[in-house]
Amino acid sequence: MAMVGSEIERLIRQAFPDAHVIVVDMAGDGDHFAARVASEAFKGKSKIQQHQMVYAALQGQMGGALHALALETSVSK
Amino acid sequence: MSDSTRRRIEDIIASGDVILFMKGIPAAPQCGFSAAVVQILSQLAVPFKSVDVLSDLEIREGIKAFSNWPTIPQLYVKGEFVGGCDIVRELYQAGELATLLNSKGIEAAAI
Repeated sequence: MAMVGSEIERLIRQAFPDAHVIVVDMAGDGDHFAARVASEAFKGKSKIQQHQMVYAALQGQMGGALHALALETSVSK
Repeated sequence: MSDSTRRRIEDIIASGDVILFMKGIPAAPQCGFSAAVVQILSQLAVPFKSVDVLSDLEIREGIKAFSNWPTIPQLYVKGEFVGGCDIVRELYQAGELATLLNSKGIEAAAI
């Protein structure tokens, strides 16, 4: 089952209230998304940890309902 | 994850300097993300060992729990988890993947 982009964005914003979040449905099929997330919460974390934090925010959907999410994280300035 | 699965994964990761858990084999990746990492490693002329998770369900599910990472591919260098496709691509594009490999004593072609 596919997820909608707005749901992805909502879950990320819920976990990172300060974040700048951009979610794009890359193929238009509700299955391949790209997300860019900038948050102060990433400060001092490795890239792996930053991505793990976003995956955690998606509450297990990643790898399940959400097949593909190209992720780009950064510390917001 | 069972202890035997964990031991199998640890053995695989210890069995080479650069290990790629992927879908399919390097000559015929079954997923674009796996293909992208294979291509990057090839660009850097880094020898690597691949594990096809599609042919081994135990490893496919086990490696996700082992790395606390929900997706395949997953790249390990000298026993350390480097990341999935996005991070590997980001490191490569920043020229940092070769640096990381070199710092661990693995030769990588300059880009």
